[in-house]
Amino acid sequence: MGKKRMTMRRKESIYGYIFVLPWIIGFLAFTAGPLVFSFVASFTNYNITSQMDFVGGENYKGLLTEDSLFWTSLWNTLYFVIFSVPLTTIGAIFLSALLNQDIPGIRYFRTLYYLPAVLSGVGVYMLWMQLLDPGTGMVNLVLSWFGIDGPNWLFDPDWTKPSLIFMKLWSVGGSMLLYLASMQGVSKSLYEAAEIDGANTWKKFFHITLPMITPVIFFDVVTSLIGGFQIFQEAYVMSNNGEGGPANSLLFYNLYMWKQAFTNFNMGYAMAMSWILFVIVFIMTMINLKLAPRWVHYEGEEK
Amino acid sequence: MAKTTDNLDYLDSADDLKTLDKANENPSFFEHRGNRKTFLVVFNFILLAIGSLLILSPLWWMFATSLKTMAEVMSFPPSFWPENWLFSNYIKTWEAAPFTRYTINTLTITIIVVIGNVLSNSFIAYGFAKIPFRGKNILFAIVLATMMIPGFVTLIPQYVLFANLGWVNTYYPLIVPSFFGSAFNIFLLRQFYMTIPTELIEAAKMEGANHFYIWWKIGLPLTKPAIATVAIFSFNGAWNDFLGPLLYLNDEKLYTLQIGLQVFKGQLSTQWNYLMAGSLLVLLPVILIFFIFQKYFIQGINLQSGGK
Repeated sequence: MGKKRMTMRRKESIYGYIFVLPWIIGFLAFTAGPLVFSFVASFTNYNITSQMDFVGGENYKGLLTEDSLFWTSLWNTLYFVIFSVPLTTIGAIFLSALLNQDIPGIRYFRTLYYLPAVLSGVGVYMLWMQLLDPGTGMVNLVLSWFGIDGPNWLFDPDWTKPSLIFMKLWSVGGSMLLYLASMQGVSKSLYEAAEIDGANTWKKFFHITLPMITPVIFFDVVTSLIGGFQIFQEAYVMSNNGEGGPANSLLFYNLYMWKQAFTNFNMGYAMAMSWILFVIVFIMTMINLKLAPRWVHYEGEEK
Repeated sequence: MAKTTDNLDYLDSADDLKTLDKANENPSFFEHRGNRKTFLVVFNFILLAIGSLLILSPLWWMFATSLKTMAEVMSFPPSFWPENWLFSNYIKTWEAAPFTRYTINTLTITIIVVIGNVLSNSFIAYGFAKIPFRGKNILFAIVLATMMIPGFVTLIPQYVLFANLGWVNTYYPLIVPSFFGSAFNIFLLRQFYMTIPTELIEAAKMEGANHFYIWWKIGLPLTKPAIATVAIFSFNGAWNDFLGPLLYLNDEKLYTLQIGLQVFKGQLSTQWNYLMAGSLLVLLPVILIFFIFQKYFIQGINLQSGGK
């Protein structure tokens, strides 16, 4: 009996390994292997054609002390993250609060507001390039109705990054849906109790809804911070095939890394850049995790 | 436009709302709760309607521009309503670049990627959810940890790997990885498998079924909504993929729509009407899929937040 049990267990285990084997192979080939290679190569002058020579911390030193474009790209990325993350988060929460109500046609509204979130890729970037075109675009036309002389958007270094942030705001529907789902999970009895105490809509929102959805806000903020640091495609397409926009104003971190790797073939240098990004993202995520207990409220934690 | 006045109306009502809120704090001042509720509904409806215009107008503008003559696009001020609806722009656009070939290429890649993602992720997720084995928790923790790695950290070394395999200028780099699972999808499907009762699987085993059979005959059918979600997300991901084709495809014959559109932009520079027609054609499948399967989108997201 005992022996049979053992073999049953072993048989189960073998099945288990077979089932997760594709992932293990994929992980070794496409994640772990590349990570190890990248880390080693970041200390070399690897450029894909010649052999690689060990150069020590040369790449890192060069990036941090001599390369002004590195700092430009880092600054551009920070600027984008600092403005886009809070704006999209607040926008998404506001929108989901509006959509979490009993209003005629609410299902239609929810579908509609989510639509831009699934639209991405070159088609959408082209659309925004046309919308923001200073002469023939819709945005400046609408602004002119209000007597506002719209800026040159993608042609003015001061406005290129705000342009991309507006585009991001348009497609806020993905996060909106997350918040909506979690708002629907908030127990009705909490609102009923508050109503008896005479709380108005705003009070209910700030004292019940907002605290109850903080776990989702946390999740959304962490993922959008990580995502924000990796902005690439829209900047590549909207800055004339990766040229980085006027006065390098759209030269984001990943765009510069791409240029170093696949235009200049400074692969070792680019991989050093990618590890600096990894460290930045890691530290940022750790700070987030550390700060979380101060404002994230988990149900059943207390009270 | 008429909407401008609507806008002002609603600003007035925002002030009204504040007075109402004040009144509500002091019940004796204002007792018609019912009235206030109706008012809020109307107010929110108007707000949402204005928002819908903000969401939809870019798409309408895209459509309108695609039907105009270039002279009309350039005229000032540009208009929301095309003068003559030149649907022939679409035919011209289609013929100006090898769109048919790009479409076939994109569809081929997309279909294979969708199949790869659905099969591999549900297979792997079943293992993580329903079969006990040593080291499972550690492996699953690694699955989740890989979601934290910035894509560019592995992108460059992956390129080196595929270049060494001689896979540059083929579709292999775009399709092969989809057969080895991805963290987000494994996580999503595992959540679904967890809800299948273990007794069901035990009963199947009693009747002599092995795990492959159970996965195929019980697991797959019972997780249809999650599989639909994975399929739709993979479709969108592969259809919209820009970085992969940009990096790996040099031969114009192999180009996908996303890259084709990019080339097209250079050729016609500011021919906005054709460019918008092309962009709309590329977005159309995504829009159609969205409207056909929107309930699955919603379910998928619901689940994601449930597993916080």
